[in-house]
Amino acid sequence: MKKNFIALIALMVVCGADIAVAANTEFNVIDINGQQITLEAGHPSLQHWLLPAEIPQPENNKMSAERVALGEKIFFDPRLSVSGQTSCASCHAPERGWADGFPGSMRLMGERMARNSPSLVNVAFNSLYAWDGKNPSLEDQALGSQSMTGSLQAGSKEQGITDANLGVERIRKLAGYQDAFAKAYSGETVSKETIAKAIASFERSLVSRDTPFDRWLRGDAAAMTPPQVNGFRVFLDPTKGNCATCHSAPNFSDNGFHNIGLKQWGEPNADVGRFKLKAVAAMKGAFRTPPLREVGHSAPYFHDGSAARLQDVVDHYVRGGDVRSNLSPNLKPLSLTDQERADLVSFMQALSTPYVPYDFPRLPR
Amino acid sequence: MKHGLLLVSLLVAATGVSAKDFLIDQKDKQFSQKSLKIKAGDAVEFRNSDAFFHNVFSLSDVKSFDLGSYPQGDKKRVVFDKPGKVEVECSIHPQMQMVIEVEP
Repeated sequence: MKKNFIALIALMVVCGADIAVAANTEFNVIDINGQQITLEAGHPSLQHWLLPAEIPQPENNKMSAERVALGEKIFFDPRLSVSGQTSCASCHAPERGWADGFPGSMRLMGERMARNSPSLVNVAFNSLYAWDGKNPSLEDQALGSQSMTGSLQAGSKEQGITDANLGVERIRKLAGYQDAFAKAYSGETVSKETIAKAIASFERSLVSRDTPFDRWLRGDAAAMTPPQVNGFRVFLDPTKGNCATCHSAPNFSDNGFHNIGLKQWGEPNADVGRFKLKAVAAMKGAFRTPPLREVGHSAPYFHDGSAARLQDVVDHYVRGGDVRSNLSPNLKPLSLTDQERADLVSFMQALSTPYVPYDFPRLPR
Repeated sequence: MKHGLLLVSLLVAATGVSAKDFLIDQKDKQFSQKSLKIKAGDAVEFRNSDAFFHNVFSLSDVKSFDLGSYPQGDKKRVVFDKPGKVEVECSIHPQMQMVIEVEP
């Protein structure tokens, strides 16, 4: 009896690490809504994290294969810009998580903006667009980019460029586009508005719903490692990471606006963000909660691109933000072990799929 | 005592029917009603039943207010003294919107 007991203890010591991981990952957590979540692959309590089957789309611009294909061509076509050198993909590149990899995104021939280019992954599931939510639809955002001061124009009245329609005219004259527009938007003229609709249709097709996390949600226990599952526990637990309060199910965003206390907010003439559109005190320095699927590809992070790595994002939230003035009350310093911080980063890596070289479209002539 | 009664009578006479209190809940990032009709002088309490903060406000001409961010269980009261349409939102979650129609 004693011998067997000693053998059992020895076995436990040898397998100690594995036993500890198993114990950490196979339990329940109470989420911010008071719901008991069982951290087991495919468990019913997890299913609200799966994206809805249908992609949200407006009544006046329902998606079709023709519209998405047309929008893809325009998205990558620099002839839409006045300079002939800038396309949507200049700031939203597939190989950079549909962002551009710079802290501030590009505008007007290399000029850098104060805000980071937001990823377009799962953008169809957002309710407002741009970091400050100024665009009520993707069509509105695409239309604004084509305006005289928009990011596609690469010119200004001061520089002698007064015709914001130059790019549209170029597109309109190409036979390949005329055919594609006739198929996609029969009865509608080729205009800034139709171009915006086609671009928006393509952007809505950029859906990620088969990440390791999604496969784990659907029941594939091997899709996430035990540290990743533990990272999800930390992500959900309001007494730990408290991440899901804002990065909520199913698209890892509450479609809301928060001041997260970035260092930039403490600087003179800081970007006031949402406050410019909604003059309510809480909105000073507040920006939209970004969704997180494929987040591993779209560094740097935050609206000012000030976090180079996911680890830096986690460290920021552990500190509870750097500037406390008008800080979102959701933020407070977190008590996380080094292992929990590492697991949180591992979990966010489970939200990304390996990059597959993008099959760029052939542009019409 | 007699003076007190007189004062109450005078107040009732001055305001006509006594003002009412209404309750609007905030749960699952939604207001419990999309629209509400009340009379001028009535009050609305905005309760937060979500586990995270909400910030009810209105920038309407008829009644402009900002209740600030407050947590689960808290409620804040607004008296609507002028007739007209008041658009109410949560600044943190802009999909939360409702209209209060204040009748004379």
